Amino acid sequence: MSRVLVAMSGGVDSSVAAALVRDAGHDVVGATMKLWGGDSDSGCCSVSDVEDARRVAQQLGIDHHVFNFTDDFERDVVDPYVDAHARGRTPNPCVECNRHLKFGRFLRRALHLGFDAIATGHYARIEAVPRGWQLRRAVDPEKDQSYVLSMLGQTELARTLLPLGGLTKPEVRARAAALGLRTAAKPDSQDVCFILGTGGGRTTFLGDRIPLTPGRVVTRRGEQVGSVDAIELVTVGQRRGLSAGGGEKRFALDVDVVSGTVVVGPEHDLLVSEVRVTDMTWTQEALSPGTAVEIQCSAHAAPLPATWHPGRAVAADVPLRRVAPGQSVVVYRGDVVAGAGLAI
Amino acid sequence: MGRQRRPGSLEAVPAYLDHAATTPLRPEALDAMVEVLSHGPGNPSGSHAAARQAKRWLEEARDTVADCLGCEPREVVFTGGGTEADNMAVRGAPARRPGAVVCGATEHHAVLRCTEALGGRTIPVDADGLVTPEAVVATLRALRPADVAVVSVMLVNNEVGTIQPLDEVAQAVRSTAPEALVHTDAVQAVPWLDVGERARQADLVSVSAHKFGGPQGVGALVVRGRADVAPLLLGGGQERGHRSGTQNVAGIVGMAAALRRATADRAELVPRLGRLRHRLVDGILASVPQAHETGRRDTKVAGIAHLRFHGIESEELLFLLDEAGVHASAGSSCASGATEASHVLQAMGLAGPQPHGSVRFSLGWTTTDADVDLALAAVTGVVRRLRRAA
Repeated sequence: MSRVLVAMSGGVDSSVAAALVRDAGHDVVGATMKLWGGDSDSGCCSVSDVEDARRVAQQLGIDHHVFNFTDDFERDVVDPYVDAHARGRTPNPCVECNRHLKFGRFLRRALHLGFDAIATGHYARIEAVPRGWQLRRAVDPEKDQSYVLSMLGQTELARTLLPLGGLTKPEVRARAAALGLRTAAKPDSQDVCFILGTGGGRTTFLGDRIPLTPGRVVTRRGEQVGSVDAIELVTVGQRRGLSAGGGEKRFALDVDVVSGTVVVGPEHDLLVSEVRVTDMTWTQEALSPGTAVEIQCSAHAAPLPATWHPGRAVAADVPLRRVAPGQSVVVYRGDVVAGAGLAI
Repeated sequence: MGRQRRPGSLEAVPAYLDHAATTPLRPEALDAMVEVLSHGPGNPSGSHAAARQAKRWLEEARDTVADCLGCEPREVVFTGGGTEADNMAVRGAPARRPGAVVCGATEHHAVLRCTEALGGRTIPVDADGLVTPEAVVATLRALRPADVAVVSVMLVNNEVGTIQPLDEVAQAVRSTAPEALVHTDAVQAVPWLDVGERARQADLVSVSAHKFGGPQGVGALVVRGRADVAPLLLGGGQERGHRSGTQNVAGIVGMAAALRRATADRAELVPRLGRLRHRLVDGILASVPQAHETGRRDTKVAGIAHLRFHGIESEELLFLLDEAGVHASAGSSCASGATEASHVLQAMGLAGPQPHGSVRFSLGWTTTDADVDLALAAVTGVVRRLRRAA
């Protein structure tokens, strides 16, 4: 038996995770991170979510605490998110939240408080292998969240339990209902939590924090074919808002906030032979050059075969699609996460 | 003291040092409430015998509360707690006579949020957390003094325990803005000070039963002589029109019983708990390096100790103290239960970028030497452990 601190968001997944860890015989305490927002009761980590988490903990007979990490969240997730958009990049705040908050600040606090491990309601599997721990995709392909956990290393994997990795979402909901938990039918969280909670969407959220500047939409030959209201909101690969009515479908190939231009072209111009990455992390040891891998470049994209070389993944059979700078590029071998980096 | 220790009750806690959050119910209050609840009670607004009995309990309680708070029975308005009393004062005063709202920078949120909502001003405090008469005058002069409706300065601060010089504050208000009402949130004061004496110059005084051994959800606002405030709740016109809604007769009776006992015990309680508080604070300062006491001890009530520990986070300290059986608090929490940055420490110039874990130990009528012994040992051990882990 270990002492386990379960990160309880007030949603159904982490509720059931807490129940499963308890049932496995561990000494369990639940904790909810307050990450964003003042007194308003909407969006992520609102008072009602905390109340839900606390009530579930009561129903499970475990203690529950609230950790105020709002300063950390703002510094490590929200500010970099805004800054990345200002530079025309496409950040992935959920990945950064996992890196800095759940498996950073929260894990460190758990260890300070004498816990042996943390548990979360993510859908992925951590398994012992001869030389440590490996991170695998969840059994349920619909729910697999290994992509957003891909930054974990041995230190974190050794101290983390993911009790939902072998279950499907319907099984988790059934479990919650059988336990009579008030979160059993709660809808899944959507989109970026701190924007959802602010109201008004991404444009309002960013517009309140950085100046949004109009941009020119040009072809590769430099011919202007349109304009956008806010170049900071355009993502490489995006189609919406870039095609003139009835004409050829145009996709964003490049976003340059300095010159205020979005370069567009037909879909096949998005195809590239390699993706370059930076800030690479490895779950175990680094792959040797030339290893055959699959890469996944967004949370729900299909993995594509590639060959790993330091700093880049080269397309194997089919060409890759251009990846928006700032997105996580996750390298898999089969269903095991090897590592991850950010697209340049 | 021969107290019974039941699991789940405050008295089952090995060392309950969060009396400023809520203090255990006095047996007299419980008995009085059981007596009332087991006999109905009737609705005090009615005319039959059961109603008359309820009304009798209610008015006996009003006499007791008035006696203990040094006011006339007709000046006592029963409310649903301290927050409601504060709201009635701060929002009700300008609703009656339009004007600006001014409060101290370290007020409880029940006053501060009302002041913010009304676009009011705050009076800065000095490094010890005190509102000086000079600061009051300067704040009022920055407005048009004739346009100020109410000035609210708490008698005792809930986080640090600072006693405000209310007489001087009230005199400063009278001389600068004679039309303005003076309100004091005396919620934390009752067990420690003679509120009738200390708040004699205040037009409006808030108290809350569960801070002195009464039940939660009951309080009172003293509305003295010339003062007039608009009601928050309209309806049947109970409490002389100040607070509609059938009175919580049992709760009010419990509050009166607790107030009588707390008042009678004060002369014994203050020196006894003052000694325990000195022992706790001096013991921590002697055994824990880089620990600081907040505010000057001679400006604070006997039962509140506020300490800051360099390089420690409040939430971690409180978690481990809880595990060790010591219940304390950071002094300020939001509705979710998360620990919040303290506006009180900020106003005192004590909020820096370094984590400076602050803890409030608040003692009360059930506190014993054994509680202090346990807290001393736990704090020393927990701080050492957290500093090692960092």
